[in-house]
Amino acid sequence: MASIFEFANPKRFMNLSGTVLPWLAAASALTIIVGLYLGFTAPPDYQQGDTVRIMFIHVPAAWVAMMCYGLMAIASLLGLVNRHPLADVAAKSAAPLGALFTALALITGSLWGKPMWGAYWVWDARLTSFLLLLFLYLGYIALWNAIEDETRAARAAAILALVGVVNLPIIEFSVDWWNTLHQGESIIRSGGPLISAVFLWPLGLMAVGYTTLFFTLWMIRIRTEIINRRARALQLGIA
Amino acid sequence: MNPFSAILLRDMRLATRAGGSAALALAFFAAVATLVPLGVGSDLHLLSRIAGGVLWIAAVLAALLSLDRLFQSDFEDGSLDLIALSPLSLESMSFAKITAHWLTTGLPLTLLSPLLGVLFGLPPAGYAPLMLSLAIGTPAVSAIGAIGAALTLSIRRGGLILPFIVLPLLAPAVIFGSGAVLGALDGLSNGAFWLLGAFSLVTVLLAPFAAAAAVRLNLAG
Repeated sequence: MASIFEFANPKRFMNLSGTVLPWLAAASALTIIVGLYLGFTAPPDYQQGDTVRIMFIHVPAAWVAMMCYGLMAIASLLGLVNRHPLADVAAKSAAPLGALFTALALITGSLWGKPMWGAYWVWDARLTSFLLLLFLYLGYIALWNAIEDETRAARAAAILALVGVVNLPIIEFSVDWWNTLHQGESIIRSGGPLISAVFLWPLGLMAVGYTTLFFTLWMIRIRTEIINRRARALQLGIA
Repeated sequence: MNPFSAILLRDMRLATRAGGSAALALAFFAAVATLVPLGVGSDLHLLSRIAGGVLWIAAVLAALLSLDRLFQSDFEDGSLDLIALSPLSLESMSFAKITAHWLTTGLPLTLLSPLLGVLFGLPPAGYAPLMLSLAIGTPAVSAIGAIGAALTLSIRRGGLILPFIVLPLLAPAVIFGSGAVLGALDGLSNGAFWLLGAFSLVTVLLAPFAAAAAVRLNLAG
């Protein structure tokens, strides 16, 4: 088994990420703390009351969940085309985080839905497509885990991620279409186009906080995976 | 005989002869559809409203049931290696297998569907839309299913993971397919047939490439 340290980049990545990581984590913690503070001190919305605060932890989770799929697909493409092992590791490490943020978006969304819609779950277009996104993530993770051979698993999962990224806009569109067909008028979407600065600031900060949190966790996961592989390669070398 | 039709005919023979999956998929389709009224009650008005959706879901499940054998048995007995050595590209091979799968599952399911429509109290005006939607949409099921089958090729017990990775990708087919039937019953022209057709064409066009890539990585090494 060829060690991935034959390639220069993982080494460079380890050095670079080791320096960046503390700063990134600090930035994430700071923006989330300030964002949460502003979120809690913001005046209640005239329509939604205090429940509007759920938006600050819900919307950024949804953004990060979608961004993560995009990053996973790009990493998969690089892994598939350039056969770069770091890209495979990056894609593999992104998936559980994406599933986590998707689940977070779904849970906070349904907690928001209870006071707003009177039910924890309605078959709203966005909730439905996020549930399907969660299944895509879980399928990707399951496929990766089911194939024993590491490179084969990486390529199979990469193909699945790319098929998913082609299909995602279609799924999104079809769910929107289905939603308007079945129950369009019953739901008043919250938020609205007019969002005042008192809400925009905490939302923006939380978005930055979640994004940096994602990159922090992603980097830690990639580093752990690289270290694990190095340990395994050393073990095989000894045996 | 050219290699494309050779594989097509071979797969169709394998599916229709003893131990083949075509008849079983059909029986499974009928059995699932029969269980639904037992679960939700025999109210014919309700059943006629959900007929399109239920038959679509049953058709997807029945098609998925026979998918894990699409490449698997050829992979296990080494035929896939020989096919890969033949002048036929893996893309064409995948397309032949998708076509054979559709001809032995999607098409019979389509032909059987009006009969189950009768059991669901579907108004006669719904038979043609039901058949048309299944005829247009089930090729997409075979195509996306083939990607899943090729990806899970080297997994010994891929039986459960295959539907899990394929089903979310098939959401548009189920939505447009059942929406087309419902729209036709309500006298709406909601464009579902066109959307379903577009989805089907795109997937049938792209799936052979994805499936071939997945087969290739499983044969290599």
